[in-house]
Amino acid sequence: MLILKKFLRDIPAVLGLLIISVVCLIAAFAPLIVADADAVYFGNIIDRLKPPSAEFWFGTDNLGRDVFARVVMGTRGALLVALTVVTLAIVIGVPAGLYAGYTNGWGSEIIMRVTDVFLAVPQLILALAIAQLMGRGLESAMAALALTYWPFFCRTVYGEVRRVRNALFVEALQGLGASTSRILFVHVLPNVASPIIVRATIGMGFTILTTAVLGFLGIGAAPPSPDWGLAIAESREYLPESWWAVTFPGLAILITVLGFNLFGDGLRDLVDPRLRRSR
Amino acid sequence: MTRFILGRLLLALPALFGLLVLTFIMLRVLPNDPSAALAGENATPEQIAAVRKAYGFDEPLWKQFVIYVGQVARADLGNSIISNRPVASDIAWRLPATIELTFVSLLFAAIVGIPLGTMAAVWHNSPFDHAMRIVTVGGLAIASFWFAIILQIVFSMDLGWLPLRSRYPDGVPPPTDITGLYLVDSLLTLRFDQFWASFKHIVMPAFTLSLGGLASIARFTRAGVLETMQKDFVHYAEAAGYARKRIIWVYVLRNSVVAATTQIGLLFGALISSAVAVEAIFDWPGVGSYAVSAILTSDYKAVLAVTLVVGVIYAIVNIIVDVVHAMLDPRVAENL
Repeated sequence: MLILKKFLRDIPAVLGLLIISVVCLIAAFAPLIVADADAVYFGNIIDRLKPPSAEFWFGTDNLGRDVFARVVMGTRGALLVALTVVTLAIVIGVPAGLYAGYTNGWGSEIIMRVTDVFLAVPQLILALAIAQLMGRGLESAMAALALTYWPFFCRTVYGEVRRVRNALFVEALQGLGASTSRILFVHVLPNVASPIIVRATIGMGFTILTTAVLGFLGIGAAPPSPDWGLAIAESREYLPESWWAVTFPGLAILITVLGFNLFGDGLRDLVDPRLRRSR
Repeated sequence: MTRFILGRLLLALPALFGLLVLTFIMLRVLPNDPSAALAGENATPEQIAAVRKAYGFDEPLWKQFVIYVGQVARADLGNSIISNRPVASDIAWRLPATIELTFVSLLFAAIVGIPLGTMAAVWHNSPFDHAMRIVTVGGLAIASFWFAIILQIVFSMDLGWLPLRSRYPDGVPPPTDITGLYLVDSLLTLRFDQFWASFKHIVMPAFTLSLGGLASIARFTRAGVLETMQKDFVHYAEAAGYARKRIIWVYVLRNSVVAATTQIGLLFGALISSAVAVEAIFDWPGVGSYAVSAILTSDYKAVLAVTLVVGVIYAIVNIIVDVVHAMLDPRVAENL
C-alpha cells in the first residue's frame, strides 16, 4: 500500500481524483439533480436570458432554458463522448502498437509509418478535416477524434514493447511454444499497461476539450443537445449582457478537464519514476 | 552540420508523402462521387460525366495520384468549391496573420513561462510550486475559445480597453506590406502609431493562444532545471562559492533550456490547433478563421488544403527546431 500512501501525499492529484469523482456522480445522478428534465430541452420563452437567481442558479439562455440544468445534463454527454473516443483509440492503437513493437518486418513498418503520418498534422486539424468529410453530427465527430487519437496510444505502446520484448520472460514463453497473441495480450500487455492508463486519463481531459471545440464550431453535437461547446456558441450572440450562459458551460469544461489532468499527472509520477517531478 | 540538416530533411519525407496519400484519399476516394458534388445538385448524368472527364476522375487512381502530386508541387491546391478562387493563394494571403499571431504567442509564453518554471524548480515542493502546478495544469485545461470570449467580455465589452475583433481598425489602411507582419512592417516604416494599433489588436488573441504554451514551457523548464541542478558542474560551482542566483539563472538555466527547445515543435502544433477557434472568435484574418469558414460552408477542398499546408509547416518548424537544438548542443548532431 506504499503506492496509495505516496498518492495521498500528492495533494493536487488527490484533488484531481476528487473532481473526477464528483463529475462522475453528477453525470450518474443528473436526472435526479435536475428537477425538471424538460427544462433542459424546452424553455419557457418568457424566462429568456434571466440572470442567475434562486430559481435559476446559472440563469437562463436565449430560449429560456435553465443553464444549470443544461450544464448538469451536459456532463453526461461530455463524459460519454470522451470515454467512447478514448476506448476506440485504445482498441485500435494498443493492438497495433503491440504488434508493431513485437514483430519486425513490413507489417510493423507499415503501422509505424501510418502512425507517423497521423502525427504529422496537429490532431484537431486532422479531426476537423475527417469530421467535415463524414458529415456533421456527433457520431462523425467522435469517429474523427478516435481516428486521430489512436496513433498516440500506438506510439506509446510501441516504445514500451520494444523495451520488454527481449526480456527473459518473453524468451521463456517463446521457448515454451506460446502463441504470439498469448505472449502479447496475456504477458506483454500487463507490463506496458501503466503508460496506457496514464495516456488514457490525460486523453479523457484532452478529448473533452477537443469535443468542446468541435461542438463550438458546429461540427459536433447538434441542437438542442446540452453540449457545453455548443451551448457557448449558441449564447455568444447575447453578450455581454447574458454573460452567464457562456461562462458556466466553460467553467464546467475547465473544472472537468482540470480534474483529469491533475489526476493523470499524479498517476504518471507514480508509475514512471523517470518523469517524477520531485526528487 | 550540413549532413545533419540533410538527414533531418530526409527523415521528414516519408511522413509528408504519407500526408499527400492521406489527403488524396480524403479528397478523391472517400467522397461518394466527387464529380457529382462538383457538378452541382441538379446536374444531369451527362454533365456529371463531363465533369468526370474534365477533372480526370475517370483515370486509374494511381494516375490521379501522380497528377495530384504534380499539382501540389506547383502549389496548385485546386479552386474553392464555394468561391471558385484558387485555395493556395487564399491561404498564402492569410498566412502572415497566423504566423504573426503564433509567433507573438510563443514569445510571450517563453518570456513568462521560463522564469516561472525556474522558480518552481528552485522552490520545488513549496506552496509556490504546488500553486504553479495547479496553474500550469489549469492552463492546459482551459478551452481557449471560451477563454477568448471571457477576455472579450471583460476587456472590450466591459472596460473598453482593447478592440473586440480583427487585426487592424476598420477602414484604415494597414501598414505598408513588407513582410506581411503588421508589427514588423510598422516598425520598419517607423510608424509607431500603426505599431500601437496593431499591438492593441493582437494582445487578446495572442494572450489566449499563449496560455497552453506558457503552461507547457513552465513545466518543461521546471523539469529541466530540476535535472540540471543534480549535475556535477552545479555542485562544483556551489563548492567554488559562486552566488546561487548566478548558478541558477546563468549556468543551470542555459543548460536546461536547450533540452526544452525540442518541445517548441510540439507546442507549435498545439498553438495552430487552438488558433483555429481563437482566430474565428477574434475575426483574425488568418488560416484558422479560413478553415472555420471552409468547414461551415462544407468547402472540403479548402479544408484539406489547410490540412496539407499546416502539415508541411509543422514539419518545417520541427526541422528548424531540431537544427537549432543541434546548433546549441553539438552532441545531438552526432547522434542522428
